[in-house]
Amino acid sequence: MSTEIPSGLAPGRELPPLALEPVNRALLAMFGCASGDLNPIHLDIDFARKAGMPDVFAQGMLGMAWMARAITAWVPQDRLRKFDARFLGITHLGHRITVTATVKDVVTFNGETCARIELRNTNQHGQTRIAGEALVAVG
Amino acid sequence: MIEKSWIGRELKPSVLEIERGRLRSFARAIGETDPVYQDVEAARAAGYPDLPVPPTFLFAADLDSGALDAMLADMGIPIARILHGEQGFTYHRPACAGDVVTVTSSIADIYDKKNGALDFIEKRSEARNQHGELVAEMRTVIVVRN
Repeated sequence: MSTEIPSGLAPGRELPPLALEPVNRALLAMFGCASGDLNPIHLDIDFARKAGMPDVFAQGMLGMAWMARAITAWVPQDRLRKFDARFLGITHLGHRITVTATVKDVVTFNGETCARIELRNTNQHGQTRIAGEALVAVG
Repeated sequence: MIEKSWIGRELKPSVLEIERGRLRSFARAIGETDPVYQDVEAARAAGYPDLPVPPTFLFAADLDSGALDAMLADMGIPIARILHGEQGFTYHRPACAGDVVTVTSSIADIYDKKNGALDFIEKRSEARNQHGELVAEMRTVIVVRN
């Protein structure tokens, strides 16, 4: 099935990137309380070391929430239909994440025309930490 | 190896009361400055009855209620060994401050990789508001390091 591509949503179009401050411990504590993720592996260095990690590290959902910010900065949230993320590598203390988003193609989802957006959280070393995909209604 | 017999097991339902203060704390923690997520007037101007729940917020339900911890404890999995592998949301209607969202979750699949070095638990959830309307579906893959 061919879907007409609305103007401005040509595949390959890059959406404005979102650059974040380096991850620090205070941020992890604040996000832990707000998000409900109080797993001590993100908050307590002693616990993290016993679990075989060098230090505490970012909650995966913090990175996914940053991805969501990049989406809703571009389109109102009520256009968002689907949002999936794969956590590929740990976001450590000091990592400076940039969220990038690119229009992949235009698809039909539940009868609606949607832009399929590919998202990536990349740290300052060029390593992808989270890969995501979002469907945004553009009809 | 995790017993496959856990597939199909339902978690205790999680009831999440959506509060303005919590949503503002969440927005602050993720650096969200769009007034729609913090200012009730801006939210109303955007067509919401109150502050909207941002896209990933409902993941909190099974954490706040303790349902996820209880599931792991029942399965004998220490919290120190889990990582978040994948997360997905399918959205049906907005939820806003003042809503009461009930999340019902069950274990959809269990499988292993790397000759059992890693186990994967897939949890699927439905979030409904106080009117019984479907707000979102969620899919969570938890990785267990053995």
